[in-house]
Amino acid sequence: MSHSPGRKQENHKISRELFVLTYGALVAQLCKDYEKDEDVNTCLDRMGYSIGIRLIDDFLAHSAVKKCRSYSETADMIAQIAFKMYLGVTPSVSCRSAAGNEFSLILDKNPLVEFVEELPAERASLCYCNLLCGVIRGALEMVHLAAEVTFLQDRLKGDAVTEIGITFLRKPEDRKHKRN
Amino acid sequence: MAIFSVYVVNKAGGLIYQLDHYAPRSDTEKTFSFPLDLVLRPHDERVVVAFGQRDGIRVGHAVLAINGAEVNGRFTADGKDILEFLGNPANYPVSIRFGRHRLSSNEKLMLASMFHSLFAIGSQLSPEVGSSGIEMLETDTFKLHCFQTLTGIKFMVLADPRQTGIDALLRKIYEIYSDYALKNPFYSLEMPIRCELFDQNLKLALEVAEKAGPFGPGS
Repeated sequence: MSHSPGRKQENHKISRELFVLTYGALVAQLCKDYEKDEDVNTCLDRMGYSIGIRLIDDFLAHSAVKKCRSYSETADMIAQIAFKMYLGVTPSVSCRSAAGNEFSLILDKNPLVEFVEELPAERASLCYCNLLCGVIRGALEMVHLAAEVTFLQDRLKGDAVTEIGITFLRKPEDRKHKRN
Repeated sequence: MAIFSVYVVNKAGGLIYQLDHYAPRSDTEKTFSFPLDLVLRPHDERVVVAFGQRDGIRVGHAVLAINGAEVNGRFTADGKDILEFLGNPANYPVSIRFGRHRLSSNEKLMLASMFHSLFAIGSQLSPEVGSSGIEMLETDTFKLHCFQTLTGIKFMVLADPRQTGIDALLRKIYEIYSDYALKNPFYSLEMPIRCELFDQNLKLALEVAEKAGPFGPGS
């Protein structure tokens, strides 16, 4: 699908249903290929990682954001700009730890699971949207922020909300010595 | 107004893309009779003018072609040593083309790594934390503009000093990179970029920027 030089968002809409169906087909095929839920989750995370390392430059090129000065700024940017740009939703951000390096993104609307009501009984510990965790982890790593990203709560598993937890692994002071 | 070349350097300092868009050629071709009044000497892999500057042929210019055939380093196209060839009166009159030699790809790789190191030094020397690094290097014949992304990739553009709109061009090149290089599933990160679409769109962007002229877009 070619892009004209002055790329505008409205010229290149693909059907959202197609995207959701594609993701669903991906997860279904992985479930057929792997017996254990952990394997499927790891596979989704790895796929998400390889998407994230490329998506970050697209995000930076098209949003023209400046360098974040703190972890909370980074978490806000992920929630308010990145999620909005790519999934059309804006999760709310909250800080989970006193140290200021653990954050939660609470999604009340998740387009990927629009047509899924609950997980089948034999796939009880499957993280359906684990791809998103990999994407966030990969993207952060490319801007030199090591992080652990996991699903803390999942509506599909019966929890009240869907919550993604981001834990930044390095102290902010270390960043000063890194190459700019 | 011209944009001379574009360089893309990866995080490790390796050159992953290079395009020479416009090279102001200042070649001079002249016919000589024996004896040659220029003094030539070998230098690295070339034969250069050491003395006897005249008529557009300057000291440091290399021998580019003899009798129309491009030379191969220090040897003529037929494999004869250039200095021996020019020392033999039987080969005269001879037509020799002199000019500034073009950089070989190895030289470009080395220069890109050197700039990468200078850039790092520049950032460290900054009195304030969070410096953007070297943004522009200005000389009388060209300006080198550099933009480092938050992911560590550097885009460098060498352009005519009067050319404007290079900042916008650098951002545009970043967009083209994120589209045609990164979204290509067969392109591995940090490796040399060999994507046709990237080349095409980059050349288009350079032409748009050049047409805009010295007063920016819309002039």
